[in-house]
Amino acid sequence: MLLPRDNEKNIKIVAAVSTLISLILSVWVWLAYDRSLGGIQFVEQIPWVADLGVSFALGVDGISIPMLLLTNLIGFSAVYASWRVADRVKEFFTLLLILITGVMGTFVTTDLFIFFLFYEVVVIPIYLLVIMFGSSKRVTKEYAGMKLTIYLLIGSAFLLVGLIALFVQSRALLGYPCMDIFTLATVEFPIGFQIFVFILMAFGFGTLLSMFPFHAWSPDGYAGAPTAVSMIHAGVLKKIGGYGLIRIGLMILPGGAAYIAPIIAVLALGNVVYAAFICLSQKDLKYIVGYSSVSHMGYVLIGIAALNLISINGAIIMMFAHGVMAALFFSMIGNLYEKSHTRNIDDFGGLAHQMPRLATGFMIAGLASLGLPGMVNFIGEFTIFIGAFNTYKVLTILAVSGIIFTALYILRTLGAVLFGPRKPEWDHLEDLKGPEMVPLVVLGASIIIGGIAPFTLMDLINLGVGDLVAQLGSLQIGGMF
Amino acid sequence: MPWILLSVEITLALLGLVLLVLGLVMPDRGRRLMQPVAVVALLGILIMGGGLYTTQYNMFNGNYQIDPFGSFFKLLFLAAGILVILSAGRYLERFQERINEFYSFMIIALLGMVVMASAGELITLYIGLELMTVSFYILTAYLLNDKLSAEAGLKYLILGAMSSAILLFGISLVYAVTGTTVIAEMAAQFSMQPVMIAGIILILAGFGFKISLVPFHMWAPDIYQGAPIPVTAFLAVGSKAAAFAAMARVMVIAFPVSTFDWPLLLAVLAAITIVVGNLIALVQTNVKRLLAYSSIAQAGYILVGLAAYNGFGLKGVLFYAMLYVFSNMGAFATATVVEVETGSTDIEAFNGLARRSPMVAAIMTVCMLSLAGIPPLAGFVGKFYLFAGAIQSDLLWLAFVGLVMSMISVYYYLRVAKAMYIGSNDNATAINPGKTAGAALWVCLAGTLLFGLYPAPLSNLAQVAIQLFL
Repeated sequence: MLLPRDNEKNIKIVAAVSTLISLILSVWVWLAYDRSLGGIQFVEQIPWVADLGVSFALGVDGISIPMLLLTNLIGFSAVYASWRVADRVKEFFTLLLILITGVMGTFVTTDLFIFFLFYEVVVIPIYLLVIMFGSSKRVTKEYAGMKLTIYLLIGSAFLLVGLIALFVQSRALLGYPCMDIFTLATVEFPIGFQIFVFILMAFGFGTLLSMFPFHAWSPDGYAGAPTAVSMIHAGVLKKIGGYGLIRIGLMILPGGAAYIAPIIAVLALGNVVYAAFICLSQKDLKYIVGYSSVSHMGYVLIGIAALNLISINGAIIMMFAHGVMAALFFSMIGNLYEKSHTRNIDDFGGLAHQMPRLATGFMIAGLASLGLPGMVNFIGEFTIFIGAFNTYKVLTILAVSGIIFTALYILRTLGAVLFGPRKPEWDHLEDLKGPEMVPLVVLGASIIIGGIAPFTLMDLINLGVGDLVAQLGSLQIGGMF
Repeated sequence: MPWILLSVEITLALLGLVLLVLGLVMPDRGRRLMQPVAVVALLGILIMGGGLYTTQYNMFNGNYQIDPFGSFFKLLFLAAGILVILSAGRYLERFQERINEFYSFMIIALLGMVVMASAGELITLYIGLELMTVSFYILTAYLLNDKLSAEAGLKYLILGAMSSAILLFGISLVYAVTGTTVIAEMAAQFSMQPVMIAGIILILAGFGFKISLVPFHMWAPDIYQGAPIPVTAFLAVGSKAAAFAAMARVMVIAFPVSTFDWPLLLAVLAAITIVVGNLIALVQTNVKRLLAYSSIAQAGYILVGLAAYNGFGLKGVLFYAMLYVFSNMGAFATATVVEVETGSTDIEAFNGLARRSPMVAAIMTVCMLSLAGIPPLAGFVGKFYLFAGAIQSDLLWLAFVGLVMSMISVYYYLRVAKAMYIGSNDNATAINPGKTAGAALWVCLAGTLLFGLYPAPLSNLAQVAIQLFL
């Protein structure tokens, strides 16, 4: 990757081939994972920094495989979604591949230090991609990029304090420096310490997951970002927040998690309802999807906060589902914007006449977003609500109402963009063809296959979460109220 | 007396004098050779210093210590010196016929730093400090026809002399109580008296000036901006590290924490320095000034390790000081290239650099992000050590302040990156940094990446060096 020539075509092909190989490998991992054994598999371990107990450790379990799969599905489609990038192609694809590598790294490592390292690696390429290739439609791209970067970095500063505190404390308890997540999970930290660190983690990961009220970066950031970055950001990067909360928060600090969970659940309700209301009044397509992703992350948070097997299963499948859905949405919007140079829903009319394939993509994404049965999102939402209802009855009922608002704004948008009166000024727009079809086919197929045959992922996730919940044991949730 | 142990100091002194004489007798054409001669000679001394790394010896009844701690800093100064001379590249043409003395003064300043790092006694330390500082007075004002440079030189002379006086006064007060100036013997004679505390605080203030600690930082921005850029770089990297080396040795060995809680004092100063340095850097429009404020903040980070006063913290001090050489030198070397090309170091001068020279822009970005502490670059590992030390010593608030401010610092580093990557510039001709400056840039990049991706070797070196204190 270090030596791409100035030949633009070749660079694109190299990027496409490398993401394809990566996708095939991750599918292989998914299939080859021995479900009868469970636990962590495909382990690689190289000692790295002895006095910090850091080793470059890789391994996957039932929680990380869906995320890995998601990353590669989206990474592969993102390369195709940026096929039209014409300026500074080399920089674009170099940064994009660094970004995808970083995201993947966070999901496959089992070492806390390496996890954080990969997590922060992604922030700077995103900034450069946004300011160099973004669009300044409603907010300037410089503003969007800087807002996004500073939000995420401040969040990560708190995370880093938590991480260092964890390291120092575990060194005192274990007697040797250790950064392995699974070893740390066996350490019994004092409860007060757990609560303190979990708050830091919730702050850091919550910012990344756009938890209410730390979500403000997300819609602006997506609006300013180029298509591929929006796809990866909404699709997988955000999921690092949820993944981190589960893998580090719940696993290492179960006591703290149980204590703080009710607060997170309440904030999550804020996500669901508040963001859905904002969506109702948005006119810019990217803002609608941006706020809707904030709203959907609320479901994930409720699932995590309910702390039981079913709800966490639901949260993970929801992250996968939302990932492919949001990426599909953003790739369709990006495509439309490139051709029409507007994202205002009132400007469009009956695009279904002029661009039937694009309309199909929009429809799949939209219907998945409102949780139509048969789509993978439905599986996620349904599982979360079943699980969460055991823990938070009132909150869950309130959160279910979010589905109604989602249906409202999604149907309003689809109606206005696709099925309104045909407008002649858009007759010249070309429908999707060639490389542009790839995101639609790959992501659309994942949504539908996941929806019809959820067991392909569910049994895996169940294995991973099963181990986790066994560790959580019978912790009493709350304690604060 | 095994004189061989002093070989680094002796060869440095000889090199400085030889270069001075050579410059006088050589014809103009031969002067071009001085740069390679200086670099090769320093490389040789660097290897020699590396060979002596693990040696431990008490010289002159403890007045001069040869130990891994001092050797670590010697390697650091030599690396910095080599990088400065390399990166100066075409900038040196501005010095015209005075170029020979430039190398001698650089090397004599280097000798001063080396003496500071190894001094086992306060007067010896003071001599090292003056040797370094006096060389810098001259170097700062080296651009004779430049008003800013002359102003910087004068300012540095007045303020530097004052800080030396303060340091000396502190030393005399401490001497009055303990009756000795040998650092290792002081702890035994220590007694808790107001005079003693005044002495310690004055010594701290004296060092604080050199490492541009808030509230002793006022001189830094003006002098960094006015001085010729290679001198600024050497001042920011070498002089600061030397003061840290001396300060660590004096504070840790001479003044027991049990009687006077100076780590807490340092922790407060570190926090103020980090906050003030970073916040003022946010609004700078000149890259030299921006780097000046950033280096004030960096000094605050290093001080965190000293304030933590434990294994991780002290190791962090050494680790960070070393990576700081590479990252900061990378930033200054880029600024040198830009100044040679455009005659200015305003942020606008960096506009479009990514198109004019992608490699230089990328190196600048990487080095600045390392200073901001973004993984997987060296700065991140350094900060991890420093703040792990702080948290271990229950200075959690300090870790919060430091880490949040370091993320805020990303803002001003990225402003430069933004100018380089999307700023528009009418002049789109390619920039060629030249062979020597190019080499320096690559070395800085290599150091910044290597210490970040594989910190173990440097971390082991630092571990050996701090055995002295544990």
